[in-house]
Amino acid sequence: MDNANVTRRDFIYVASAAAAGVGLAASLWPFIDQMNPAADTLALKEVEFDLTPVIPGQIVTIEWQKKPVFIRRRTPEEVKAAEDAPLGDLIDPQADKDRVQKPEWLILVATCTHLGCVPSKEMKGEFGGWLCPCHGSHYDTSGRIRKGPAPKNLEVPPYQFLSDTKVLIGAAPKAGAAAEHHG
Amino acid sequence: MAHGNYSYKPTNAFTKWLDSRLPIIRLIDESVLAFPTPKNLNMWFTFGGILTFMLAVQIVSGIVLAMHYVPHETQAFDSVERIMRDVNYGWLLRYMHSNGASFFFIAVYLHIFRGLYYGSYKAPREVLWLLGIVIYLLMMATGFLGYTLPWGQMSFWGATVITNFFSAIPVIGESITQWLWGSFAVDNSTLQRFFSLHYLLPFVIAGVVVLHIWALHVPGNNNPLGIDVKGPADTVPFHPYYTTKDAFWIALFLIVFCYFIFFNPNFLGHADNYVPANRLVTPAHIVPEWYYLPLYAILRSVPDKLFGVILMFGAIFVWALLPWLDTSRVRSNRFRPFMKQFFWILMVVIFLLGYLGAQTADDSNLVFFGVELPIGKILLSRILTIYYFLHFLLITPLVGLMETPHAVPESISKAVLAKKGGAQS
Amino acid sequence: MKLKALLAIVLSLGLAGGALAAGGEGSLEAKHPKKVDWSWEGPFGHFDRQQLQRGYLVYKEVCAACHSMSLLSFRNLSQPGGPEFTEAQMKAIAASYKIKALDEKGEEVERPGIPADRFPLAYANERAARAANNNAYPVDLSVITKARHDGSNYVYTLITGYSEQPPAGVTLLPGLYYNEYFPNHQIAMPAPLTADDQVTYAPDAGNPKATKDQMAKDVVAFLSWAAEPKMEERKQLGVKVLIFLVLLSVLLYVAYRRLWRDVDH
Repeated sequence: MDNANVTRRDFIYVASAAAAGVGLAASLWPFIDQMNPAADTLALKEVEFDLTPVIPGQIVTIEWQKKPVFIRRRTPEEVKAAEDAPLGDLIDPQADKDRVQKPEWLILVATCTHLGCVPSKEMKGEFGGWLCPCHGSHYDTSGRIRKGPAPKNLEVPPYQFLSDTKVLIGAAPKAGAAAEHHG
Repeated sequence: MAHGNYSYKPTNAFTKWLDSRLPIIRLIDESVLAFPTPKNLNMWFTFGGILTFMLAVQIVSGIVLAMHYVPHETQAFDSVERIMRDVNYGWLLRYMHSNGASFFFIAVYLHIFRGLYYGSYKAPREVLWLLGIVIYLLMMATGFLGYTLPWGQMSFWGATVITNFFSAIPVIGESITQWLWGSFAVDNSTLQRFFSLHYLLPFVIAGVVVLHIWALHVPGNNNPLGIDVKGPADTVPFHPYYTTKDAFWIALFLIVFCYFIFFNPNFLGHADNYVPANRLVTPAHIVPEWYYLPLYAILRSVPDKLFGVILMFGAIFVWALLPWLDTSRVRSNRFRPFMKQFFWILMVVIFLLGYLGAQTADDSNLVFFGVELPIGKILLSRILTIYYFLHFLLITPLVGLMETPHAVPESISKAVLAKKGGAQS
Repeated sequence: MKLKALLAIVLSLGLAGGALAAGGEGSLEAKHPKKVDWSWEGPFGHFDRQQLQRGYLVYKEVCAACHSMSLLSFRNLSQPGGPEFTEAQMKAIAASYKIKALDEKGEEVERPGIPADRFPLAYANERAARAANNNAYPVDLSVITKARHDGSNYVYTLITGYSEQPPAGVTLLPGLYYNEYFPNHQIAMPAPLTADDQVTYAPDAGNPKATKDQMAKDVVAFLSWAAEPKMEERKQLGVKVLIFLVLLSVLLYVAYRRLWRDVDH
């Protein structure tokens, strides 16, 4: 009798403390989640770019999701260099054809995979691509890491060609996607 | 430690080591867990715990809102709306904070009135009471500064009216208001400094709260009987007895608070504050937040600018004199047949002043919940204002001298036993 | 005895004060709005998607010529708790608007809207708006139902509350219209809804007939949602929170009673 009483009493204390604890923990979530990107920030996920003014050999930097993006119109020599590089020599092996939709246009997130600096367009490095000024990572004409501390190739963002001269960054190509965008 | 001979004893090697270096467990144990608390506290004594909880809610929600809010006259209004629309759970945090201010004041008023009723301001708790007044004044300032931040019409014109109080000061008033504004009128400079101060003051409040609790722990809690604790039989340790009881009352308080947050979040606000600030047009009916209304009525009852402001601040300052104005040798109104009735009259007067504070600024007859009374609003607020001051300055000392209080029990435990015996017979 | 006298004096003072009468005088105050039973009122209230979609149509075709909704983005039209247009419909709506932008040469051009764009402004700025409206400013409608007391009822009553002729003895100022639900009963906005079927509702989707009253209710629904787009999320979470808190209170009450059972207090 006495034991049962004690157990029942303990139960109610444990249960109320547990309920209060669960409530407190659950109410923490809004305070944490508010630091995640807000809806208006997330909505800026696509950017359209007109390719017409870019001449062969030129690299243009545009902004997408608050990050710089390189759009490089590659010369035939640069394409050839990228395609001919033996996969065995690469730190992060990936064929050039898997990194472009049209060989002439190389589109990359311009964030060094080492610590986030923007690789320099002017200093092209030992492989004719980019050299990161912060810690000396060398990228080739496909944006692949060839030398230096960066562990991975420059990231290819999702994009789709809306026409021969228009590219939409942030939206992966899919059947009928272009039509939907024009809506 | 006020009562009892309990003291903390570290039990293991680590707590012993820590205790001789930073006796923080001892502090928590002696001032929170084992603190001997009168065992006859009723629900009106739970508001201290509720207020501590609400201060934490306001500080935490305020800190996260400040991560999104932009204190600039061109962006403040839209940044608040962005919080409402785009920030994850932003609507919840903002409604929590704006309603939280109101509920903080509901709790503080009940806390103050409880102190008035049970004589918690009387010796040896005068400093405790004075610190409470300081906290209340800081809360008023913080609430006012915060109300400015959404930069709606009420924000702007509230800031204009309140800062103009200082222009009532002779000679230097104009210079002081310009100094407060940082401009020729309420302006972006004003908004930015108000944001800075609104962020600062809650931490000052937290500091004074620590002093308030410290001052509480020297004489220990007052109680509904208003008599001193005589020994261990009169008390229970704060934990688990009052932690559990306070938790229950906090939960009840939260039910009402959450009802407003989730189902009626703009009830305590004013529609005009969803109109962006416009320095060219004052809203037709400008009222402060409800928690300032009685003071606002006192201000408006006086035709003279300087005297009105003085009287309004005097209405709070008079509380500070209360420990010395109250001549009664008994603390609790439970044993004061007349003072008890004057207490309730005072409550009605304060409520009526609040009601008047919400009315339009003309001298038409007061319409009280749909019934037109045969008295002008200005005349009524003057009568009530005079009575308010008379209560403290005249009635309190006189009644204390003239009244014969009922017999006060010898101790809390004896009173409890008597009540129990009475209930059983 | 003296104390009883003091108490009596205080109480009679109050009554005496009451006997002193003071006169008031009436002005042309706005009449109180009519009460409508809106679907979104109450703890379980929610918006009617079809009604919000029709309301958007009324806003676009009737109000938007003068009134902006600058806090609204096209993407809001398909988010949960709102009109919930499909993603494709919402993108089509966005693209039907012309948004000012800079082209590659830095010149100002107009491009089709995208979901992230805000609704475009009706006028370039307040001065232009006043110049075009007899010096009256058509207010932004983003939070209008929160910016007026009893806002949903107020907007509904206002836009349906016009009188064709002012009562005898009232002279309208030039360019103003008679509306008893507006302060001073004179308003610069002409009656927005003048004929049934002013806006064409799609006949198939179970839409009601586009009477003036129906259009007014629909646009008020849309404006009420726009002012508080997270209302449904708020109320749904609120029900859960309150249920939890009631359970927690019961548990804490039982714990508190049990704990104190052995203490005389």
